Amino acid sequence: MNTDIDIGLARYSDWAFTGSVVILVLAMLLLAVELASSRSRRADARELVGAAAVGTTGGVDLADNRPGVVIEEAAAPFSERVGKAGLNLVYLGILLLGACIVLRGLSTHRAPWGNMYEFINLTGFCGLVAAAVVLRRPQYRALWVFVLVPVLVLLTISGKWLYTHAAPVMPALQSYWLPIHVSVVSLGSGVFLVAGVASILFLLKMSRFGEPDAQGALARVVAKLPDAQILDRIAYRTTIFAFPVFGFGVIFGAIWAEEAWGRYWGWDPKETVSFIAWVIYAAYLHARSTAGWRDKKAAWVNIVGFAAMVFNLFFINLVTVGLHSYAGVN
Amino acid sequence: MGTALVLLFLLALGAVPGALLPQRSLNESKVQQYLNQHPVIGPWFDRLQLFDVFSSFWFTAIYALLFISLVGCLTPRIVEHSRSLRATPVPAPRNLSRLPRHAAVTVSGTPAEAAARIGGQLRGWRRVTRTTDDVVEISAEKGYLREFGNIVFHFSLLGLLAAVAIGKLFGYEGNVIVLANGGPGFCSASPAAFDSFRAGNNVDGTSLYPMCIRVNDFEANYLPTGQATSFSSNIDYQAGNDLDTGTWRSYRLEVNHPLRVGGDRVYLQGHGYAPTFTVTFPNGEQRTQTVQFLPNDLQSLLSSGALRIDPPAGLYTADQRRKNQIAIAGLFAPTQQMDGKLLSSSFPAMRDPAVAVDIYRGDTGLDSGRPQSLFSLDNRLVEQKRLNKVKRVNLIVGQQVDLGDGTMVRFDGATEFVNLQVSHDPAQVWVLVFAMTMMGGLLVSLVVRRRRVWARVSDSGSAPGTVNVELGGLARTDNSGWGEELDKLAQRVAEADRA
Repeated sequence: MNTDIDIGLARYSDWAFTGSVVILVLAMLLLAVELASSRSRRADARELVGAAAVGTTGGVDLADNRPGVVIEEAAAPFSERVGKAGLNLVYLGILLLGACIVLRGLSTHRAPWGNMYEFINLTGFCGLVAAAVVLRRPQYRALWVFVLVPVLVLLTISGKWLYTHAAPVMPALQSYWLPIHVSVVSLGSGVFLVAGVASILFLLKMSRFGEPDAQGALARVVAKLPDAQILDRIAYRTTIFAFPVFGFGVIFGAIWAEEAWGRYWGWDPKETVSFIAWVIYAAYLHARSTAGWRDKKAAWVNIVGFAAMVFNLFFINLVTVGLHSYAGVN
Repeated sequence: MGTALVLLFLLALGAVPGALLPQRSLNESKVQQYLNQHPVIGPWFDRLQLFDVFSSFWFTAIYALLFISLVGCLTPRIVEHSRSLRATPVPAPRNLSRLPRHAAVTVSGTPAEAAARIGGQLRGWRRVTRTTDDVVEISAEKGYLREFGNIVFHFSLLGLLAAVAIGKLFGYEGNVIVLANGGPGFCSASPAAFDSFRAGNNVDGTSLYPMCIRVNDFEANYLPTGQATSFSSNIDYQAGNDLDTGTWRSYRLEVNHPLRVGGDRVYLQGHGYAPTFTVTFPNGEQRTQTVQFLPNDLQSLLSSGALRIDPPAGLYTADQRRKNQIAIAGLFAPTQQMDGKLLSSSFPAMRDPAVAVDIYRGDTGLDSGRPQSLFSLDNRLVEQKRLNKVKRVNLIVGQQVDLGDGTMVRFDGATEFVNLQVSHDPAQVWVLVFAMTMMGGLLVSLVVRRRRVWARVSDSGSAPGTVNVELGGLARTDNSGWGEELDKLAQRVAEADRA
């Protein structure tokens, strides 16, 4: 195999990573500003409408629809413009993270997901792309903050503690299964992240913070979120996408294990926790069609499933010793 | 469903100690270490089989119950599904506008013509047309594959379990260390040919697939950091008819490229160094031995091991012989790095090999009948003064040391060895087949949606030559996007009229 490393490209990749994190943090701040402010604006508008309605006995709603009256489109309020700018920055951040991954691959002449730093970057990228697809409607923009928080936590951990210099991978990883197995698992994990976030928000929406008369900052934020039903549907649809993808990832891993380690399944800690996570997600799908489990309990199961994925990523790779301990961190 | 849910949770929960506690099937010595470190809780864990989770009675019970529940749940569903496959779609409800999705269009033609056109738009649906007086009703249904996929998924799990079980019963795995010097190698004639052998309950070791392997060389490449970039080994093998004709075939064995022969697989699993020592006895006779050392540090391949060398026959009397055996134990570094007198290794490749050894004289205990580790001397012999340390030295290649009585010990260098694994699993291809049907069934059951559509075509009454078409639809699973689907159908029905 080619063991030359293009140092220049590797450096550009690192810059793209840093740039991506900075841009995403900025995007998150802008989106958070929108989330925090626009609610109060809407409340003001409602109060005005209410006051007018008292005076004109309900004629206000019709006023805007009178034929012949051209209503100038109101300039988008400041907070909305901030939110839109934030969303554009999110897209820029995704592009930069993608550039970081591609440049890593070009500099090392291999699939750029051969250690934990690279794997987490790819998973974060998959999560962001999945969110960009699922949350493409403008009314879902409020959800972006909650996707960006865990992704940025992951990227910070990978960049700060798990950074690995561009290098060839060890012989056990030199297989055409590396691009297949790891990318598929990464895609599944990234989409599960979106599902987990949607389930957490669903539970928030269903909690006392989501009640119409709830007071407090958290309640104001929760009120900004889409309906519980929509959140639930996002969680379900992302999970039924990620469940078979992750299943295929595990099976590809088993096929590779047969080739590399001499057996397709050996209850290595990583395999065991992948099995656990898969069973939990299977339980989620069963819970969805079991009376009494449909709503909140199913959402909890989904969150536990994502917790198992996170546990599998960090605890199993960094704390226990198994065949997947090739993280590049000693 | 509730039962399955609870059992799935138990299955996930039951597997957790398998990830958190050391497991005998993976690493026996780590289990022992854990037991030594936790003298109170350890034995209790052991009693609960927490070190053998995946063969424990309770884990077996969970998945056995899960599969019983699966069969109990799915068998009635097969019956019902096969019945529904023969059934005709149900008649249209009286009031289609009460259905969750509803549309009405007016098209030209007679009711029968319009109904035929609508039927054309519902190609691939199972449909039935019922005519009463001047009203034509179409009932259509699709998405039968969903339930089929679901059933295939669940029964594939059953097949998967059976295939895994058969593989475990009839399979075996053996590991053997072979010097990579073109030497005699090994033949897989019996479990005794392997250094370690794990076999299923139905393997008695008498009918292993016969093959012989000799290892000609081993090559490893490393980055300057010491990280390995490639391992490969040229081997010769013979199996099947070649054994009778004595034909050897060559193969380049690499990590990720096992040798597949006769349904068995041979893997390159590890490598290390086997140092060579020559002992010159006082009468001038020499004994040379090459013994594999255990790589203690996989990064630098600093290895430890022991050699036990018998004096030449006739040099000593029988009791004297057991007082003059030579034992050598210590460290081997492929690239030596000295910290004072302490030997360590700075690089895994053999650039500047050296050993730091203790040399003993006395009884090596090889004919005592007690088994010993290959990689270390029996410490009891040292404690009992039956084996006495004569020298502690560091040697580089070619250096020798005098033991004081004319016996010389020389370090000659080292040979690489490879750790080969022979694996046999007659059912693993079926595991793959069932894994694939399982995923196929899962995909079908997640992608296919069950839909019901009814169309009622009746005379419009107002304009002659036109008919009213009323459409009603029901999404039986996953109704997202269903609204647009029905609207599109109504649109197509209207457009088909114009075309």
